[in-house]
Amino acid sequence: MLSCEDLTKTYLSGGREITVLKGITFALEAGGFVAIVGPSGSGKSTLLGLLAGLDQPTAGKVVLDGQDLAALDEEGRARLRGEKVGFVFQSFQLIPTLTARENVQVPLELRGQDGRARAEELLDRVGLGGRGHHYPAQLSGGEQQRVALARAFSHRPKLLFADEPTGNLDSTTGATVIKLMNLMNEELGTTLVLVTHDPALATCARRVLRLADGALLSDETLVSAPRTDSR
Amino acid sequence: MKSLRFVLTMCWRESRAAPRRLALVMAAVAGGVAAMVAINSFADNLQESVREQAREMLGADLAVTAGTPFSARAEALANELESEAGAVARARVISFVAMVYAPKGAGSRVVQVEAYEPGFPFYGRIETEPAEAFTNLSEGGAVVDPALLGGLGVKVGDTVALGEARLTIRGTIVKAPGDLGLRVAMGPRVFIDLARVKETGLVIFGSRGRHELFFKLKSGGPDPERLADRFRPRFQIERVNIDTVAERERSLSESLGRLGRYLGLTGLLALVLGGLGVASAVNAFLKGKLATVAVLRCLGASAGQIFAVYLTQAAFVGLLGSLVGAALGTVVQALLPQALAGLLPADVRFGISTRAVIAGIGLGLWVSLAFSLLPLLAVRLVPPLAALRQAYEAGRAPRDRARWLAMAALGLSAMGAAFVQSGSLLSAIVFTAALSVALGLLFLAALALMRGVRRFTPQSLPYVWRQGLANLHRPANQTRTVVLALGFGIFLQGTLLVVQQSLLLDLNSEGAASERPNLAFMDIQKDQRAGLESMVAARGAAVRSTIAIVPMRVLTVKGRPVADLLSAPGTAEEIRGRWALRRQFMTTYRDRLTAAERVVAGRFWEKGAGASTAQGTAVPVSITTRLARELEVTVGDEIEWDVQGVPLLSRVTNLREVEWVRFEPNFLVLFPEGPLAQAPQMFAMLARMDDGNARAQIPREVSATFPNVSSLDLTQVLNAAEELVSRMVVAIRFMGLFSLAAGAIVLVGAISAGRRQRVREGVLLKTLGATRAQVLRILTAEYAALGLMSAVAALGLSTAAGWGLMRFAFESRFTLPLGGLLMLASAVVAGTIGVGLLGSREVFRHAPLEVLRED
Repeated sequence: MLSCEDLTKTYLSGGREITVLKGITFALEAGGFVAIVGPSGSGKSTLLGLLAGLDQPTAGKVVLDGQDLAALDEEGRARLRGEKVGFVFQSFQLIPTLTARENVQVPLELRGQDGRARAEELLDRVGLGGRGHHYPAQLSGGEQQRVALARAFSHRPKLLFADEPTGNLDSTTGATVIKLMNLMNEELGTTLVLVTHDPALATCARRVLRLADGALLSDETLVSAPRTDSR
Repeated sequence: MKSLRFVLTMCWRESRAAPRRLALVMAAVAGGVAAMVAINSFADNLQESVREQAREMLGADLAVTAGTPFSARAEALANELESEAGAVARARVISFVAMVYAPKGAGSRVVQVEAYEPGFPFYGRIETEPAEAFTNLSEGGAVVDPALLGGLGVKVGDTVALGEARLTIRGTIVKAPGDLGLRVAMGPRVFIDLARVKETGLVIFGSRGRHELFFKLKSGGPDPERLADRFRPRFQIERVNIDTVAERERSLSESLGRLGRYLGLTGLLALVLGGLGVASAVNAFLKGKLATVAVLRCLGASAGQIFAVYLTQAAFVGLLGSLVGAALGTVVQALLPQALAGLLPADVRFGISTRAVIAGIGLGLWVSLAFSLLPLLAVRLVPPLAALRQAYEAGRAPRDRARWLAMAALGLSAMGAAFVQSGSLLSAIVFTAALSVALGLLFLAALALMRGVRRFTPQSLPYVWRQGLANLHRPANQTRTVVLALGFGIFLQGTLLVVQQSLLLDLNSEGAASERPNLAFMDIQKDQRAGLESMVAARGAAVRSTIAIVPMRVLTVKGRPVADLLSAPGTAEEIRGRWALRRQFMTTYRDRLTAAERVVAGRFWEKGAGASTAQGTAVPVSITTRLARELEVTVGDEIEWDVQGVPLLSRVTNLREVEWVRFEPNFLVLFPEGPLAQAPQMFAMLARMDDGNARAQIPREVSATFPNVSSLDLTQVLNAAEELVSRMVVAIRFMGLFSLAAGAIVLVGAISAGRRQRVREGVLLKTLGATRAQVLRILTAEYAALGLMSAVAALGLSTAAGWGLMRFAFESRFTLPLGGLLMLASAVVAGTIGVGLLGSREVFRHAPLEVLRED
């Protein structure tokens, strides 16, 4: 479903080249749930950005659902994201001028569908039925992240990238969000990529990639059943 | 298709959320559109009114006009015209300038006398108070402008002296067709019956006047235009002009149209300034939208789709603003006749001009699209990665070729709009270039001032002031936008002030006032000269100069007879344009140049050059450059003159430029002393008298003894000229107000753009222990500096522009009206502080916790 090969990214900062990712290689099967963990500055977010086609690598390649991202231009990658990828962000990133329902509708509308019914259904699923007409500012952090989750799944993506999805939430709310993510992974078979600095959260995944200083430190598959009841 | 739906849906949803910002964009567009619609509707209505009232304004179907009494041949031609046209009525009108005084009162005035043959006007009505006063003129007496009554201290029923005639004032003029307030300002009118002209004894040798013959044609008779075209060549040779209703209307309508179009350019300026407001508002709006854009990109929206969302939004808001502006402009239009009072020839009826409204809405749409394009282009470059990292280091924005394209499109479309408005490519280019230069200079001035503030703010200044000044150059400041937009409004007003004051001061010329003549006497006959000089001197006035005036006409130019040149084929307009060939020139002779004259080609003659010209050879002559252009001659060419029947051959030896604005007698044609000494001539005399009361008495006494002599108290003329200049300035200033308003809207927009930051900062300061008064002072310092910067930059530019205009366009002295400019600057600073504090009042409304928690 998702693979990368010798992925390297360097930035120019103050005239100096800084390598934030060094030759990352791994592959992820469809329906999998992987957590990318590491301390801040280890290159997790950069990796996520490259995997999702939000940024381009200095070297190496990413293949998403059989499609080499390097072969696409920015518009092509946008189209690919619109079709196959969902996102959950640490700071929710709901569009403040849209209601909860409209936020959920956006990915569908980008494909020319109305999505109103689907949005209502998803909001019901995340426990926000009846709150669809509220604006993000009228919702709590946990509620906003649940709307974001509904948005991420609205167009039935094959891949979901979650960047510190619980980072701005208290532990109980965070647990609810992770539980929902897990549930959808199971129901829809969506492949999950979770980025976090929290080792405890990573144990929810079935596979954990550890990053340090831009390099892949370890790649372990967790044998225990996913823990969906706690963090 | 699916893309379009997304764009429209998003556009609508995005619009709900920011009514304030959108209202600002709307206001910026609406102000400019209102200005454009107001002036263009007004111009349209004026032209329409002129079209409807043209016949009333001429008063007849056909008119033949000359600057001197008709020759016998011209009279015969007029008779032929009359019979061929099947005219049902004809009337003669003679107008001339003369002195009127009250035998019993003290005052005297120069007036415009119009002597009518009964029956005229054939169309329209001269309204008087009492109503029958004008129609009863054949029984004697006069109808006068109300202004004259006050000036002479007389009332209806009193007798006034006009030349040799004594006339009873029968009533006052309420309204005459084709009234121009302009003319009234230069001299009140006195209407008399044609039969009285002889009694006055005023229409004599050399007197300037206008002789007209009007015809009323049978309806269904021959076409007056075709008739005029057929007779024109023969009338031309007699130096008589022929005019029809259609022609009069065409030329009036053309000049009014031109006036309207140029006034409209000031409206376009307001619109362009509104555009700056649009650009800054869109820019600020997008700053808050970057996260949204990044998320949409993450979700798979293409750059083009997002760009389209916001561009559609801009267009939509622009359209709304344009509609509001068009409505507002239609209302404002009703106020324009008051602003332009006295400058209009026709009654303007209020009406909605579809053309102006549609053009205004179109221009409003253009402004909102063209000016939001530039900031909107940045939307395309927002990386989706920005959603992932809040503090995404943007690095250096990539070079975007589209920016240059957008800028070129902006400049070109501005020129296009100016072309549509002015109807002239040259004007459009000059307009766009001048606008770019002014905005460019203001931009540079803003940069320089920001840098100056940054570098030279003294550390010894109290903290609040330093903080306020620092706000001007901190990141994401709006200083440039505000200085640009506000500055431009001030610049227009300032330039107007400089030009107006310079013109008036040049007329007044207080500095040299003690030496300047303040009394002028004209139309003095040769045998009156000595008597008048001794009379004036006996009253205590110092005679400064007596100038001989020799009336003459052109006979041949470079050997070609004027009759040939006049009868050369051409359009009615071209033929009307041959004024130099037709007119009577008032020439003089002297061997020196005045202070107002400058030789630009050839050499001025030596003293005595005229006397040494051999009999039968050409005498030297000096003409102005403008006349040289009209006659198509240059240095070395020969012109032959008809000096009251005696031919005089001359050769152009030099060309002069003359500063006409100066209040001195100036001449198009100048001869050396000698050859004209024996020619029939009259004189003008300039004198100086300091005692104002005695000066007011002189014209009256002169009129009593020398009825044909016009005396002018130049201070009175000056007052009339001042009033005239002021009235014209009012009209331009009125339009300029829109630009200032647009500047204020930009200021409000700029404040609102920085609002969140401002509130946060103010609250932070309060949390850190700053009192309300301290925060207030910081804000005051900031806005005072902003206003001052705009004013300094703009008024500097105004001074330069005013100097340039005075020097090159008006060819007159430049005066810096320091007091006026200081007042303007203070008003701007006070206004900026006021608007600024009003816009920032939220800073004081929020409790510290409220805002800090929002994070």
